[in-house]
Amino acid sequence: MMFSRIYIHVPFCMSKCPYCAFASEAGANHETGKFPGLILKELENVTAEFPPSTVDSVYFGGGTPSLLTAEELYETLRGISSLVTLAPDAEITIEANPGTVNGRYLKEIRHAGINRVSFGVQSFDDRMLETLGRIHDSNQAREAVCLAKEAGFCNTGIDLIHSIPGESMETWNSDLHEVISLKPEHISIYSLTVEEGTPFAITYKDGDKLPDSDFVADMMETADDFLEKAGYEHYEIANYAIPGFRARHNTGYWKLDGYIGIGPGAHSFVRQGEFGLRFSNTEKLGDYMVFIAENRSPRGEMRFLTRMDAISEFLFLGMRMKEGVLAADFLGKFGESFHDLFPREIRKLESAGLIICDEERIALTRRGVLLSNQVFSMFIN
Amino acid sequence: MDIGKIRNFSIIAHIDHGKSTLADRLLEYTGALSERDRQDQFLDKMDLERERGITIKAQTVRLDYHADDGEEYILNLIDTPGHVDFTYEVSRSLAACEGGLLVVDASQGVEAQTLANVYLALDNNLEVFPVINKIDLPAADPERVKHEIEEIIGISAGDAVLASAKEGIGTREILEQIVKNIPPPKGDQSAPLKALLFDSWYDQYQGVIILVRIIDGTVRKGEKIRLIATEKSYEALKIGVFAPVMTEVAQLAAGEVGFIIAGIKDVADAKVGDTVTIFQKECDRPLEGFKEVKPMVFSGLYPIDTVQYEQLRDALAKLKLNDSSFSFEPETSVALGFGFRCGFLGLLHMEIIQERLEREFGLDLITTAPTVVYKVHKASGEIMTIDSANQMPELQHLEFIEEPFILAHIHLPNEFVGGVLALCEEKRGVQREIRYLTQTRVMIIYELPLNEIVLDFYDRLKSISKGYASLDYEHLDYRRSELARLNILINGEIVDALSLIVHRDKSYYRGRDLVSRMKELIPRQMFEVAIQAAIGNKVIARETVKALRKDVLAKCYGGDITRKRKLLEKQKEGKKRMKNVGNIELPQEAFLAILKVE
Repeated sequence: MMFSRIYIHVPFCMSKCPYCAFASEAGANHETGKFPGLILKELENVTAEFPPSTVDSVYFGGGTPSLLTAEELYETLRGISSLVTLAPDAEITIEANPGTVNGRYLKEIRHAGINRVSFGVQSFDDRMLETLGRIHDSNQAREAVCLAKEAGFCNTGIDLIHSIPGESMETWNSDLHEVISLKPEHISIYSLTVEEGTPFAITYKDGDKLPDSDFVADMMETADDFLEKAGYEHYEIANYAIPGFRARHNTGYWKLDGYIGIGPGAHSFVRQGEFGLRFSNTEKLGDYMVFIAENRSPRGEMRFLTRMDAISEFLFLGMRMKEGVLAADFLGKFGESFHDLFPREIRKLESAGLIICDEERIALTRRGVLLSNQVFSMFIN
Repeated sequence: MDIGKIRNFSIIAHIDHGKSTLADRLLEYTGALSERDRQDQFLDKMDLERERGITIKAQTVRLDYHADDGEEYILNLIDTPGHVDFTYEVSRSLAACEGGLLVVDASQGVEAQTLANVYLALDNNLEVFPVINKIDLPAADPERVKHEIEEIIGISAGDAVLASAKEGIGTREILEQIVKNIPPPKGDQSAPLKALLFDSWYDQYQGVIILVRIIDGTVRKGEKIRLIATEKSYEALKIGVFAPVMTEVAQLAAGEVGFIIAGIKDVADAKVGDTVTIFQKECDRPLEGFKEVKPMVFSGLYPIDTVQYEQLRDALAKLKLNDSSFSFEPETSVALGFGFRCGFLGLLHMEIIQERLEREFGLDLITTAPTVVYKVHKASGEIMTIDSANQMPELQHLEFIEEPFILAHIHLPNEFVGGVLALCEEKRGVQREIRYLTQTRVMIIYELPLNEIVLDFYDRLKSISKGYASLDYEHLDYRRSELARLNILINGEIVDALSLIVHRDKSYYRGRDLVSRMKELIPRQMFEVAIQAAIGNKVIARETVKALRKDVLAKCYGGDITRKRKLLEKQKEGKKRMKNVGNIELPQEAFLAILKVE
């Protein structure tokens, strides 16, 4: 069976955040009503081509998935369950913008079958939120998280961004205090990255207004110390969770589980061929709608992984996880050990204190997490 | 052919004073070059030469000219290379002539290089007459320039032709002056062959082509010629002239200039300055002035990407085909891998070869700091010559070291004298003379160590004088100096490619300067980087590049692993261009930094 996870990209936003490079269209009145139909039609085609196993995760990402009405979400989920077998304990996640939800909506989507909500809070400092061009303020964020709990969500996540221009260590510390006071089960921590083609790429072209890399490192270490002390496990480079609440969906990306991405700009990895196949959909909503309406594939280039691709991905994705990559898993998959394939690289990274590597596994050290690109690029060829 | 109707001449000019344009006009006027096949600056064949406005390989052209006196003349224009590195080649080209046109820019006036070449011409007993060019320019001041020519060079400028090669003004007058002022060659057509080889190059279809000026005797197609210095004999397969295209003739006799193709395989066997004669009918003695040309400046050339090593070797071999003054041999460096130690006549020669390798052969190269040839006297009494700091023996085996000195003629407007004198002193120069050529123009003559010249002297001179100073030099002698090998260490390991030979008085300054530059150029990486400068075991400067702390991509990108991979691949690509010393990755700029020391 070729996949067990479904990602649905919802390409609508009230307004475009200046740092975001994801496919989405900004505006107040989206015709979201047609969206479930499009999604389900694509999924129907996909499942005919790549037969799924039992699906244990559905993820509405975006964009702003919380711009879909509760009815539209219900319709989509009902459609999915008629096309694939959903596991009884499937993780059904929605990313939500705190500025787009209220108590009633949260209750309705909970009833529609969503059981995990991930809020794009980004910061609890209103000046930072303004810099980031967010439509919500910090009060809305606090309220949204509380309302989600009241609505019956037992698995709530909060995303935070640090290293925003103008941010001080004090604001970051207070963000961290705020976030744990809301007791989310899951916390994602990202440092602001200036992506090509975004307004920030122009605003911060020279980079002199961005915090320097040592300061960013300080912020990351501060978060690490603080959240671990508060009982969160740093289980992946950017992710922290109360034990038992790791995000199933994203974890699948790092373990090379199969997933199907539905919707414009969505990415897929299916277990076809010896080492798997990656492809993605057109990013333009208009084009996507035409493709689906005409029953044509919305996909761009399809790429079968070579053995070497798979080896490097297995390492640079697997090592994102706290546990790293198990020697036995690697050997089982490729018939050779990473010790034999990368002796020089491993020695260098060990001597720099970036990895630990023994008979059993290879994993990043705490310092290695902050320098993980240095580590991963050595396993690329 | 009537020897009295031949005129052999060169054009002597500073770079940019319009030599090539003037040559084009002469070719056009005499009908040697039609408008149709005209390409500006016919004489400078290589793109690089055209871009830099300098001639590297001399070309020669035969012009047929119907003079005002009603007679037909043959004018042989013998071009000369135009740079200080090629002084010897210039002198041999001049030795093939009876006269020279001294072309001086009507606004710039006389320059050091002009002067040096005029003296070379006068040494070769050439009849030199002045042409003041670019008189169409608003800044032209022919009267001042005439005055300068008389004052500085000491030749009469009263009858100087006022010309504008660009506008075609004065062309006929110049041709008439050539006929009237330059004496016809003298020579005995029936004597045994004695010909001056003044240029040679390799042609992939015909082998080596040599250019000769017949001094005495005659050479005919099919005869067996002999090159005296190399002691080799060949059959003259083709004999001809450039008019301007290659045209075969049956023979070349005394006074004439032309080419011989004789199945010579290697330009190294066709040395400029050699005497050509007939096998077993040899002339009594060879021409004077022959010199073996030896490289004076050396540097290591390494491919940035090691897969280009073979390509580099092929490219060097191809360039060597046409340039016997250039040498190369394999060299390895711990830091840079496999490369070649290359020898050049001087810095310009080095730059030209580097540029040709990169441009014509598509190679990406790292070039180590240029160095001169030192004579090392060992404690054992043995004397060795070294052209790389890495060949220097251990301190305890050293008695003393000698370095080459040059005699530099620097020609400049008087307002820059102070700054240039300070530069010469800083560069360990010994003053010989300051000569006021006119009220505003000065000639400074200094003895200088060549190793300071190859460092950055030329750039500094140009910047101090706002580009107005010109430099010409000749090799002088070897002198004992307090020299030492300065090593750069990265985390305790010597980076062999960065070792230098420096004067002891400058070693602290150079060491400090180098490590601080290196610090700016070495990116932070997973290890802390200690950069040290040391002489022997003594560390004289140190800087540290702190270890990198953050290089992470947290973003999930909604499962877009391809994007993550691309970012990592890009990073990996960047690292590939780095050179590894131990665990440390050094960017190419760190190596180039050595070349630029303020």
